[in-house]
Amino acid sequence: MGRDVELIFDKGAPGRRGSSLPAMDVPKADDFPEELRRGAPPRLPEVSELEAVRHFTRLSRLNFGVDSHFYPLGSCTMKYNPKFHEKIASLYGFAALHPLLPQLRRGGALTQGALAVIYETERLLSAILGFEQFTMQPLAGAHGELTGVMLIAAYHKDRGDKDRKVMLIPDAAHGTNPASAAMAGFDTKIVPTDNDGNVDLEVLKSLLGPETAGIMLTCPNTLGLFDPNTKEVCALVKEAGGLSYCDGANLNAIIGRVRPGDLGFDVMHVNLHKTFSTPHGGGGPGAGPVGVAEHLVPFLPISRVVKRQDGTYTLQYNYPKSIGYIAPFYGNFAVILRAYAYLLTLGRKGLVRVGENAVLNANYIRARLAGKYEVPYDRFCTHECVISASKQAKQDVHALDIAKALIDRGFHPPTMYFPLIVKEALMIEPTETESKEELDEFINAMLEIAETAETDQDALKNAPVTTPVSRLDETLAARKPRVAE
Amino acid sequence: MKRYTKDHEWVELEGDIAVVGISEHAAGELGDITFVELPAVGNDVILGDPIAVVESVKAASDVYAPISGTVKEIHSELEEDPGIINTSSEGDGWICKLDNIDIAEFEDLMDKKAYDEFLKED
Ligand SMILES: Cc1ncc(COP(=O)(O)O)c(C=O)c1O
Repeated sequence: MGRDVELIFDKGAPGRRGSSLPAMDVPKADDFPEELRRGAPPRLPEVSELEAVRHFTRLSRLNFGVDSHFYPLGSCTMKYNPKFHEKIASLYGFAALHPLLPQLRRGGALTQGALAVIYETERLLSAILGFEQFTMQPLAGAHGELTGVMLIAAYHKDRGDKDRKVMLIPDAAHGTNPASAAMAGFDTKIVPTDNDGNVDLEVLKSLLGPETAGIMLTCPNTLGLFDPNTKEVCALVKEAGGLSYCDGANLNAIIGRVRPGDLGFDVMHVNLHKTFSTPHGGGGPGAGPVGVAEHLVPFLPISRVVKRQDGTYTLQYNYPKSIGYIAPFYGNFAVILRAYAYLLTLGRKGLVRVGENAVLNANYIRARLAGKYEVPYDRFCTHECVISASKQAKQDVHALDIAKALIDRGFHPPTMYFPLIVKEALMIEPTETESKEELDEFINAMLEIAETAETDQDALKNAPVTTPVSRLDETLAARKPRVAE
Repeated sequence: MKRYTKDHEWVELEGDIAVVGISEHAAGELGDITFVELPAVGNDVILGDPIAVVESVKAASDVYAPISGTVKEIHSELEEDPGIINTSSEGDGWICKLDNIDIAEFEDLMDKKAYDEFLKED
């Protein structure tokens, strides 16, 4: 391993300190029970302040984020997160708020601003997406899915409709969809995708029946395509007595253009950390608010923020049909706050342009890569394009090798091997916040890689070579993980 | 003689017992297999039920019962060494054995030639 990734414990020298402290001038506490004392002093790094600063500064420069690099990770919407949101979220009145404050006497009066943010964000999302109400509680997209399918289960149960055990899920779905359905107690059945990249309607019809609880549809789907039959799919499911769930992870493409509630969806989650530009590079925190049509409102989780006649806000818990608590307190409040700031800064017109530019950028990449790369569903895409490395695979250069080669060229790899129905898939989502110059640089790198795949396969197979460690053995890491060391 | 399903499982008869695994094609598509979740011995399975899960660095996939029956034996070695499926998916890499099977279901599956044709079309 190179010097860049040396542990801080391997640096410094015994006895070296960051600062020299004066001798202790208070009596030593000796009455501490023997069994609670450690046998030996803890192993702490022994470095000077400068060594500590250099160590962490060097590590921070190895970091890879959207603030430093193009990050076209498909399905993740790694758009730039305006710094203004951070400023709002760090306002003292918000940042120093204690989550128990609204529960205390007079706490309601002291937290009106925060309650207003939750309430207003709910109203804005409901209006933008065509739903009756939203809950801001879920803490991630997958958590929103689980909440949504629990609402579907509660709905059927409330109607005494006990046999509705089957959740239909297209084969292109994100893995969290079947996982969420299974966790909520449903059996899952797969709906295949047809040759155009849409839901196979004939098979769907054959799967619908008295056992159908609902369908989980990603809209636009994970191939980056808007299924023109979406309305019909929802109508068919409704006819069979089921409900339609919209996975809104890909909302960025259609925001402000079409309202999923109007298409016939009964329930939907959105990822604030994708479409609504809250940071999510390090794996969280996120937020997956869930919107519902009128018939699902009684089942929403608690608490709910309501607006009183006099214009003040309060928390309510008395909803007998509610599925109950799904998260502590009120969701990831600081994430909701950033999303609220985003909505207000963009406004109605700005929000529509988000989707337009995201779609334009993705189609530009698709059009320029077609030819050198296989584009399995070659039609207008939405906010992302899925290409295949099948041509390169004939030279034994695979999606993985292309992804690694991109790292050497200064780009974050696209999502690979997903959706599962595309062989050698590379899923590229540029987002609206990238300039044409940046897209061109990425495209040129992809074209150069395609050329290298024909002439010098080894160069790609050895990538990355510019990183502190080069190709990692992912198989060994998965088979024999050493997580304790 | 092995028979195959459209979901890329294979079955081979050893007397009244059906040995089940995934095809070479499926193993190749998945890449290096990192984890196998095996069924419980004694489980009754119906044709098409998910009976096992194979995970690779690329994806996790269900293995469906290619034939109805009762799980008689599982290949526990795969838990320690899932790579056996990569080196010999249609031999040492078998996943489980079923008894109480229905021979008619076996007859309905594709033989090697039909399966190869199916792969070509796919
Ligand atoms: C299509 C789709 N659905 C659901 C999710 C789950 O969202 P989260 O990662 O916030 O749990 C993702 C995340 O990548 C996704 O791409």
